[in-house]
Formats: sequence, C-alpha cells, structure tokens
Amino acid sequence: MANEQNNRLGMLLQLFWIFFRIGPTTFGGGYAMMPMIEREAVQKRQWLDEKEWMQLISLAGSAPGGVGVNAAAMVGYRQAGAAGAIIAIVGITLPTLLLVLLLGLFMRVFGDHPKLVAALKGIHGAVIALMVMAAYRMARAALFDVATTFVAVVTLAVLLFTTINPIYVVMAGLLGGIVFTKGKELLGMKVLTEKASVSRNSSEIEYYI
Amino acid sequence: MLGELFIVFLKIGCVSFGGGYAVIPIIQYEALSRGWMTQGEFQQAVSLAGMAPGSIATNAATLIGYQSAGITGAVIATAGMVLPSLVLVIVLSAFILRLQNNKWLSASFYGLKPMITGLMVYAAIHFGYPNDGSILSWSFAGMLLIVACSLYLLLRYKLHPFIIIAGAGAAGIILF
Repeated sequence: MANEQNNRLGMLLQLFWIFFRIGPTTFGGGYAMMPMIEREAVQKRQWLDEKEWMQLISLAGSAPGGVGVNAAAMVGYRQAGAAGAIIAIVGITLPTLLLVLLLGLFMRVFGDHPKLVAALKGIHGAVIALMVMAAYRMARAALFDVATTFVAVVTLAVLLFTTINPIYVVMAGLLGGIVFTKGKELLGMKVLTEKASVSRNSSEIEYYI
Repeated sequence: MLGELFIVFLKIGCVSFGGGYAVIPIIQYEALSRGWMTQGEFQQAVSLAGMAPGSIATNAATLIGYQSAGITGAVIATAGMVLPSLVLVIVLSAFILRLQNNKWLSASFYGLKPMITGLMVYAAIHFGYPNDGSILSWSFAGMLLIVACSLYLLLRYKLHPFIIIAGAGAAGIILF
C-alpha cells in the first residue's frame, strides 16, 4: 500500500519535471512542443505507442486550448488520472508564466524608455508577420472547396464590418460545422472533413499557434 | 476585478480553437470593451507576449492579468485560460479516446478551420491597424516595412520565429 503510494507520488513528480523542462524551451508555440513530448513519453518511457500518440496529437489539436498544454494534460491523465493531468498542466505552464511575469515587471520598471518602446514597435511588426504566416498556412490546409472559402470570407467580413463579439463567431463556426456535416451524412452524401492530400509537414504546422 | 478576470479568460479558454494567433482578436475585444487597456497598451502587451516561449494567447492573458491586478491577476488569468483544456481533456480522455475514431470532433473542426482562417486574417489586419488611425505616418510605414521583411525572411529562408522577433526588435530601435 505504502509502496503503491510512493509509486504514484514518484509518477507525479516525474510528470511535473518532464513538462517543466519542456515548457520554456518551446519557442514558436504548442506544435513546437510535440516532438519533445513525443521523445519523452513515447520513445524514452514507452508510456504510449506510436498509434496512440498520433491519436493523441489529433485530439489535442482539435480541442480548444494550446495543443502543447492539451497533449501534456492527456499524457498526465493517462499516467496518473486527474491529478496527473493537473500536475502536467502546471508543469508546462509554470516556467512560461514566470518568464512572462518577469517581462511584465521589466516593462513596469523600464516601460517608458524610448529604446524599449521602439523595440516593441518593431516586434509588433514581426508578430503581424507571424500572424499572416499562420493565416496563410491555415488557409492552405483548410480552404479546399467553395464552401470552406465562403466561410472564411464571410467570417472575415463579419469581423471587419460589424462589432459582434468574436466569441459568437467561433461558436457559430462550431455549430455550423456540426450541422453541415451531420446534414450531409443524413442525406447520404460523402463527407470530406479534410483536404484529400494534406501534406503533413510537421515543420510547417508549428506556426499555427 | 479578480473574479471578472477569471470568468473572461475562462470564457476565452473555452473557444480558443486553432491556437494563439486566432485567439488574439477575441482577447482584444474583451480587454478593450471592458476598458482594461487601450489599443496601444494591448499591442504592446501582445508584442511582449510574442517574446516569450509558449502560446502567445496564454502569455497575453498572463500579461493582461498582471497589468490589471498584479501577480495574483496574472495567475488567475492564466488559470482561466488553461482550465477548459484540463476539464475537456479529462472528459475526452475518459470517453472519446476509447471510441477510436473521433468523427464528431473532426465534424466540428470542419466548420472551424476555415473560420479560424478568417479570424487569423482579421487578427493580422486589426492588430496591425494603427491605434490613432493614421495610415500616412512614418511609424506605420516603418511597421509595414518590418512586416514585409519578416514575411520575406520567413518564406524565403524559413528562419525561426525567435530570430525574426529578435531582428524586428533591433530594427525597431533603428527605425523608430
């Protein structure tokens, strides 16, 4: 009994330490974390096999939230239940949280310095470029017929020319997708939910986040 | 204030599909309409968030929480952003993962992906629009120049985002 408890505690500590180390090294968002999580959880510790890992990635990417955080939580849950999921999320979030807090503190102290303001303005431009890249890559994967292109254009128009809260736009997209696909299914039509020949190039995916 | 921060970011966490950049306009809408910060402050916070590793949306939430209510605010806002992931992952792992195929999820994502594309384009336009509306100004022209150079370097030489951000910071000091 005591031994079992020790094992559980050991697993939780291990989960925390693994994700604590992965968190701060992943510049470029959640998808950059995936190869590192794979190395730790699949190759080194054999917690999951390749097939389970592929399933986990697709689920983590479809659910709301950062894909890295989702994947960490899933691995944590598999290994040690709800406590494991919590520990994994805390582990992967904590280092970044501390770093961002430091940046915030730095801004509070030196925020008015003209050189810093100028540097942030430059970075503003870089963030826009990264957003354009993310949009471009998403467009290449997601816009493959008239319907999907139409949805993207309508979304953009609604956001640009109305003052609707973007949250409702996301909810509409979510519901619309389910209704549309289920409707097609009921009518006996073939449902294509993904581009037929998606090139799964992992080095390109990382910019989504 | 803390309660409001938590609720707002919990709400945003629930709909943060497609990762960081698509979520920025949603955070912007909430933060600006609630008077937590001005457009200029928001742009600065997101630029700062882009300098740290991890998801830019979660980092932005941390910074907004920090600026609105100190360290407690930062922790509360971040917790709000990741809590939906935690709950959903537990539910998904417990039920759906056993069903092998996740057709239901891919069905909902069918409508989301093109919509997220629209949201990302909007994010870039809205985030880039000068906060005083002055399109014919040196600072806007300089920013467009940095955007163009960054895009060229990203596409042509596939440089790492970190290098782009560091370079843009240096370019900003020279230009502005």
